[in-house]
Amino acid sequence: RLSTSSRYWMPTSCDFLLLQHHGGALVDIYEKLPVPFGLVRFGVAPDHPEVKNVIHSFTQTAHSERCAYYGNVTVGRDVTVPELQQAYHAVVLSYGAEDNRVLGIPGENLPGVYSARAFVGWYNGLPENQDLKPDLSCETALILGHGNVALDIARILLSPLQLLRKTDITDSSLAALACSKVKRVWLVGRRGPLQVAFTIKELREMINLPGTRAVLDPADFTGLESAVKDAPRPRKRLTELMIKTALEKPAEMQAAAAGAAAPREWGLRFQRSPQEVLPSADGRRPRGVRMALTRLEGSGDSAKAIPTGDVEELECGLVLSSIGYRSLPLDPAVPFDSQRGVIPNSSGRVEGVPGLYCSGWVKRGPTGVIITTMNDSFDTAQSVLEDLQGGVLDVSPSREGFGLVESILHSRGVRPVSFSDWEKIDAAEVARGKAAGKPREKIVDPAEMLQIIGH
Amino acid sequence: MRPLRRGLSASRIRLLLLWAVPEQHQSPAERWAERGFSSTQGLQDGPGESSSEDQVTVHFINRDGERLTTTAKEGQSLLEVVVNHNLAIDGFGACEGTLACSTCHLIFDKEAFQKLDAISDEELDMLDLAYGLTDTSRLGCQVCVKKSMDGLTVRVPMDVSDMRKQLEVGKQSKQ
Repeated sequence: RLSTSSRYWMPTSCDFLLLQHHGGALVDIYEKLPVPFGLVRFGVAPDHPEVKNVIHSFTQTAHSERCAYYGNVTVGRDVTVPELQQAYHAVVLSYGAEDNRVLGIPGENLPGVYSARAFVGWYNGLPENQDLKPDLSCETALILGHGNVALDIARILLSPLQLLRKTDITDSSLAALACSKVKRVWLVGRRGPLQVAFTIKELREMINLPGTRAVLDPADFTGLESAVKDAPRPRKRLTELMIKTALEKPAEMQAAAAGAAAPREWGLRFQRSPQEVLPSADGRRPRGVRMALTRLEGSGDSAKAIPTGDVEELECGLVLSSIGYRSLPLDPAVPFDSQRGVIPNSSGRVEGVPGLYCSGWVKRGPTGVIITTMNDSFDTAQSVLEDLQGGVLDVSPSREGFGLVESILHSRGVRPVSFSDWEKIDAAEVARGKAAGKPREKIVDPAEMLQIIGH
Repeated sequence: MRPLRRGLSASRIRLLLLWAVPEQHQSPAERWAERGFSSTQGLQDGPGESSSEDQVTVHFINRDGERLTTTAKEGQSLLEVVVNHNLAIDGFGACEGTLACSTCHLIFDKEAFQKLDAISDEELDMLDLAYGLTDTSRLGCQVCVKKSMDGLTVRVPMDVSDMRKQLEVGKQSKQ
């Protein structure tokens, strides 16, 4: 009997592999929210529905007779990890990274400064971020960070509303975006174009976003064409696309001649490290961010940004900090490396705790795309299978699995949500979305979810 | 031919076959209800089509080195071939052919690669994220079978966990 514990339920690839390759394995999945799927539901942008197709595989896994889903169960509170280890032969922790890295600069806590994580959670219907009420009444937004999440946010802020209307973005964020005055978004990074973490598909999408123009300074790309001549193809193509975009004659110069309205604009700024968020006169929002200009030491992925001593103020009324997610410790019984923000492990085997495994972001850190995390899950699943086959995991004493956990949860007044319960919530969301021409209208209140299933 | 793997592999891959065109407006419950397939099916049977229409033999060298041989119809993508024939390739085709992942990454030999139709920017963009990218890599969902490909052999690239397996085996054989 194996248990996968997720705060948010992702990579089910691990479960899939376990069920697939071991005919006797029974796998139970525990999830904090009533609803499953984790980042696929709450992280992937609303206008990227194809990326969410993996939900079909996950659903398939959940429907196996040998797999059970238990939502609305917070591991570490409703049931502890030691209790799970009593109930199961092996426990896999794949609860991801629910927090974010902080800038650690003055002004970070001003109204109008948000973490990317919270902003994404807000427009994707994550219950804990529904009260964010981001202030979109300014013209210029600064996003700190050069990853795909930064691009997602820029795209959601600048997308024509008629495109967003047909997605599963929440109704309330759509309403807020409809009133948004934001028309200019800068993505600012500490290092240079060769260190950007976003990927080419997302960049191309931003460049082609209707109603917007890209503002890239050709001076930022001097000499880079030759610098990437022999680079690995992905880095080369990505850099070449930025160079091409920077050198292209701005379309709006022609459009302005024809009297067209100024489009929304976005751009990349490099080698700027935020020092302080400066408040407006009434202290109610940012008026700008003071940046330290940097120079690069070293090259490639390991290049470091060193302040030169020069500073610059970038004007803005909205600041989004997109500098990375961060895992949190789950349970005192589980070792946690707070410096690296991961559970110490070796190929997914938690150090010093036999029978305990981890996979995904909590195992290797919060980066990568779905295939990265999927492959990583396969790696952990392989460790579990090896330990089963090699006798390292002793499965001779029978374990009660959910039988034991159920009585624990009952005694604590916790009522889990089953996968078929989720399917009722799912059906309700899809029905609500139909009227508006959306794939679904997400329910954002857990109490409402529980009401729908009669809990 | 290799006997079909029982269990989840078959039903999951059938799932991918039916949803090759992403459908946004059905709940998983509705889709599940529509499916009425069994979980086991011989490779010889195929998904109900006449095998005389399957003219093109394709070999997939799986990550563990095992050769999976099947026949395909002209015009099918290599992803569809894997799905239609329930080939046991873990994690293949996660985004169901919508150019939103790189899990259908396949490696061709140089000759076969050069005869393939031109690759689009969109495919290159996703291929750039594939693990173990080579100069003769393509995404299986974008390569369609032609009669001239009869006897084609493609390799499923190793992923991170396979690399680890190799290292382990290497270590053991040195002892």
